[in-house]
Amino acid sequence: MDDKNQRMLLSGNHAVAWGARLCRPQVCPVYPITPQTPILEKITEFVTAGEMQAEIITPESEHSAMAASIAAAMTGTRVFTATSSQGLLLMHELLHWAAGVRSSIVMFNVNRTIASPWGFWPDQTDSMAQRDTGWIQIYTESGQESLDAVIQAFKLAEQVKLPTMINHDAFYVSHAVEAVEVPSQQSVDDFLPAINVENRLDPEIGQSVGSNAMQETYRRARQDLGDAMDDVLHAKIEISHEWEKICGRDQHGGIVERYRCEEAELVIVTLGSMCGTVREAIDVMRDQGRAVGLLKVKLFRPFPITMVREALHGVPDVLVLDRNFSPGLGGVLHQELRSALYGMEKAPNIYGYLAGAGGVNVSPEKIIEYADTIEDAVPSSESIWI
Amino acid sequence: MSNITPTEVQMKPAEYKSGVTPIWCPGCGDYSVLLEITKALSAMALKPEDVAVVSGIGCSSRIPAYLKTYGFHGVHGRAIPLASGLKVARPDLTVICAGGDGDGFSIGGNHFLHACRRNLDITYIVMDNQVYGMTKGQASPTTEADWDSVLMPGGTGIRPFQPLVIALASGANFVARAFSGDVAGTTDTIIEAIRHPGFSFVQVLSPCVTFRPDQKLWRKQVRKAPVEYTTDPSTAARRIMTDDGFNLGILYRGDRPPYTLKTKNGGDKESTLGSEFQI
Repeated sequence: MDDKNQRMLLSGNHAVAWGARLCRPQVCPVYPITPQTPILEKITEFVTAGEMQAEIITPESEHSAMAASIAAAMTGTRVFTATSSQGLLLMHELLHWAAGVRSSIVMFNVNRTIASPWGFWPDQTDSMAQRDTGWIQIYTESGQESLDAVIQAFKLAEQVKLPTMINHDAFYVSHAVEAVEVPSQQSVDDFLPAINVENRLDPEIGQSVGSNAMQETYRRARQDLGDAMDDVLHAKIEISHEWEKICGRDQHGGIVERYRCEEAELVIVTLGSMCGTVREAIDVMRDQGRAVGLLKVKLFRPFPITMVREALHGVPDVLVLDRNFSPGLGGVLHQELRSALYGMEKAPNIYGYLAGAGGVNVSPEKIIEYADTIEDAVPSSESIWI
Repeated sequence: MSNITPTEVQMKPAEYKSGVTPIWCPGCGDYSVLLEITKALSAMALKPEDVAVVSGIGCSSRIPAYLKTYGFHGVHGRAIPLASGLKVARPDLTVICAGGDGDGFSIGGNHFLHACRRNLDITYIVMDNQVYGMTKGQASPTTEADWDSVLMPGGTGIRPFQPLVIALASGANFVARAFSGDVAGTTDTIIEAIRHPGFSFVQVLSPCVTFRPDQKLWRKQVRKAPVEYTTDPSTAARRIMTDDGFNLGILYRGDRPPYTLKTKNGGDKESTLGSEFQI
């Protein structure tokens, strides 16, 4: 059944599982957590049916799942895992580790509110809080995009030797069922070469992992990590062009996507599922003759500073919508964008609204209301609860 | 047991309920455990404000919300560290730690071992249904190796965790097994567990009717343990390791003094900390 492309009705999470299946990971350490569990369930189903050859292990926590992922990856095998919210937070220590040893783990995270209080709502604070761990971070808005992102993520992670985390929003994407184009196994096999980890745990090589480093060596290791991050942009652009040719779906260059930004007086910047809602609002506003566009941030780490500056050059007003909250800072995307545009000539006025934080629903009507407020608003360095 | 202040007028079991409607599945064993905890608190005439119920994550860990006592619905696997911190700060409170087999034995397994060793005066009630119910039916540490399910076809092949003997070997001061459907027996066991000084561990077999419908048979399989509890750990271990997992009642009572704070009884805080860490 994998010989040709197929159109299937899939939830966002099942699209992720299909993406993982097509990449033939050899080890999948996973621990269940709502709303990620359907990814694990589907992968288990594939393995049970003999359609996927991965070794699934279910350790005793997410911390253990990430530890197992790192060690498996360091033997030179392809590793996939998935988590959400508290699970991602529990992994935090080992996320640094995974990047430090330059593993190429691909992990899917379903963005969910973090405790306390308890909640099961779409909010990106879980992954935003991991932005300094050395993982590449990608945000998607639909099941199709998540599937395509998983396939490309393996190639990217293995090429630049950095672990990669893809995120989609709880329920809006994870559980929403849509038609998804599932590529053929052959097309993915042609696109994604067999994994080849140069530095690995292999008796024939005789290398070990996790030694102590003196200051100079430590510093060099961090610099190397930074250099690898610098390579991501170029590599991701190439990979997305290559995948676009194979799958026939527009990948928008893989970094940021501009939607109706021509001559825009106001550009709304956001990421994840809210992009779809913003697009609808923009269509309505454009019909009313208002010059409004969307800049969707697909790659969040490394933050695509140059491309964001190019995209927003000469735009009078920029409105950032954050479905996350960093206490004491504000909306993370808002603040990152402000620093990305710092010192830029013809820099836009930037407004940051904490629109979807906590998982509250943001309708197209709300987005139009937000856009209306910009006319009289005074740009502020602080994000605003709206 | 802590410095329990009996209520002036004994409250009825139902009065210990918060009024929040549980969202457990109809027929879940945890409803009975909730009832048994309220009956125990009522029988002991404890004031709700003198009791704290601490939990982690999972179906059974929702229990603090359903009680009128102080409650702490905590982090997955960390119910015991939370309960320990609470007991250290407020030794006057009766601290009940509650949760499931996933929360207590996998993600929180290390804390279980060390809570038994530390022997703080805490009662730990684990509603064991041998499955991860909240995430829809994965095998837990106490699941039989050959339990066949959609997610684990043919079973995990992993030997189940033995919570009672592990508690015993780690130093728990009171070890008991109960069955949620045995209301009188479980209530009595919980009362005795709270009364017993030190770390008391009660494994309550609490069926998951949704993902383990086979556990409906437990009602017919359980029985009162044929012998009285022992105070000898090796005898208790032998009995637990050789029974079929369905003997109910108190299985072991130890006399190890509970962990007491060195800063109590006039101890000097700084010098105690110094000697504790040998600085």
